[in-house]
Amino acid sequence: MSALTDDTLPMTPRAMRDEMIVFAVMAALLAAVPFTGIYPFFVMQALCFALLACAFNLLIGYGGLLSFGHAMFLGTAGYVSAHALKVWGLPPELGIVVGVAAAALLGLVTGYVSIKRQGIYFSMITLALSQLLYFLYLQAPFTHGEDGIQGIPQGHLFGIFDLSKPLVLYYVVLVGFLAGFLLIYRTINSPFGEVLKSIRENEPRAISLGYKTDQYKMLAYVLSGTLAGFAGSLKVFVAQNASLTDVHWSMSGEIVLMTLVGGLGTIFGPVVGAFVIIAMQQYLAGFGQWVTVIQGVIFVSCVLLFRRGLVGELAHLLRRSL
Amino acid sequence: MQALYAQLLVGLINGSFYALLSLGLAVIFGMLNIINFAHGALYMMGAFVAYFLLNLGGINYWWALIIAPVVVGVFGMILERTMLQWLAGLDHLYGLLLTFGIALIVQGVFQNYFGSSGLPYSIPDQLKGGVNLGFMFLPIYRGWVVIFSLVVCLATWFLIEKTQLGAYLRAATENPTLVRAFGINVPRMITLTYGLGVGLAALAGVLSAPINQVRPLMGADLIIVVFAVVVIGGMGSIMGSIITGFALGVIEGLTKYFYPEASNTVVFVLMVVVLLVKPTGLTGRAA
Repeated sequence: MSALTDDTLPMTPRAMRDEMIVFAVMAALLAAVPFTGIYPFFVMQALCFALLACAFNLLIGYGGLLSFGHAMFLGTAGYVSAHALKVWGLPPELGIVVGVAAAALLGLVTGYVSIKRQGIYFSMITLALSQLLYFLYLQAPFTHGEDGIQGIPQGHLFGIFDLSKPLVLYYVVLVGFLAGFLLIYRTINSPFGEVLKSIRENEPRAISLGYKTDQYKMLAYVLSGTLAGFAGSLKVFVAQNASLTDVHWSMSGEIVLMTLVGGLGTIFGPVVGAFVIIAMQQYLAGFGQWVTVIQGVIFVSCVLLFRRGLVGELAHLLRRSL
Repeated sequence: MQALYAQLLVGLINGSFYALLSLGLAVIFGMLNIINFAHGALYMMGAFVAYFLLNLGGINYWWALIIAPVVVGVFGMILERTMLQWLAGLDHLYGLLLTFGIALIVQGVFQNYFGSSGLPYSIPDQLKGGVNLGFMFLPIYRGWVVIFSLVVCLATWFLIEKTQLGAYLRAATENPTLVRAFGINVPRMITLTYGLGVGLAALAGVLSAPINQVRPLMGADLIIVVFAVVVIGGMGSIMGSIITGFALGVIEGLTKYFYPEASNTVVFVLMVVVLLVKPTGLTGRAA
């Protein structure tokens, strides 16, 4: 089979310590953002995408499964949360729970259909499934088609935190992101994660050792989809809308791009990638369709020149796992 | 009944495009082990080349049918030589990512200059009008697209399954090293194969120009449907791709008549059904 990461390092106490230090630095930097004058909306948006990319990376970087339809989780959770908040009038915490549950259910259903097919077929199937969902949402009445669901009330989280205040919202999103990140980190380093990596490296051998690889892949897929859904639900509070853009195939492509730029199969890569791509979109917004062209160029150069991505190259240089 | 036949015809035309595109994807996958995500963008380029030929050079449809596939085929071969060949031996997914990037670049450039709206391309004089078949009115151009596509599909099948060149090609798909040892230039064959697959996409683009208008994103959504077609039919057999392509087009056409709301999802739903019943796809080979 193939190696996505050519230098998989065994998990040593030193590597664990390094990663905890980097995590602490990252958390501290992010917590300090509101005091630096950086536009918090931008960082909140980037955090949602960072969590999304981390969830996607769990599947491709550790399970070796390239989902080209991960936008379906983002969009589904977003629509369901938005509907729950606006039409059913649920409080924020329940709105998130409902959205995440919808994403988990979607993961179960689409995983059941797609997980039996390997490699490239899996990518094509997930892409086709997300396109199917796109058309369903285009026609379904509750999504309001092209308009999307707009003007979503932010409400009070647990009845205490007023999410309409940018500072409060920022820290809620940050806590959500860090919690999701730690869950993924824990998963990667669990026995489950080790089995997953063995499937990525050599599935027939994993099967011969008695692992039911389909079940492991299924669990990873559902977990990844659920966390991607969590990112989608958080994003509803930031953007205050849910629209078709979030289910479109180009969104799935952007998720892949973020992870690729940061480094497939690295722990911090997707976070870096998400910030880079979101910042790029922000600064190049005036260039119209050239943004698409630039994204394409980044795709091509990442694949041809630095497949390890930014963080992967850095880790390779420092001979650390990051 | 008239409307049913009309939708069947539309279905056959879409089926022609599915067949031509999935055929190209299958041929390319066989030789390069790459799923060519840029296929939709190159299909669009074919249509644009025809548009440029007519509007800038005054060169008509018939020449475009030959020139556009050659131009786009050469463009594809340059892509293969400069980029795709470096991916040999790497995981399949890098090929998908690289060609996705190429598709974004090509579509983005065209969108920049031509926006998202469609440009008209008129039907050539010889194929204008229609004939009354008794049970329906058949626009000649639409009949031509179906028959011509079928001929091209069968010719490709003949080339690959029945000729000496095709035998080399199939042998190189199975074991490139051994075929090289017999003194056959396999890298050149790979380049030509990519050119052939891409040329078929461009040909489909020219054929669709008078029907669907010429738009920068005309291939973007189409390629996803074609992926579903490929998943249903499998990429193991050339004839399988052709039959699945036409069959799905017809089913889509029938859906447009009986239950129009589902017409743009029916292929995907069928894919799900096929995967549930027979996870390896209809033509069977596991991959």
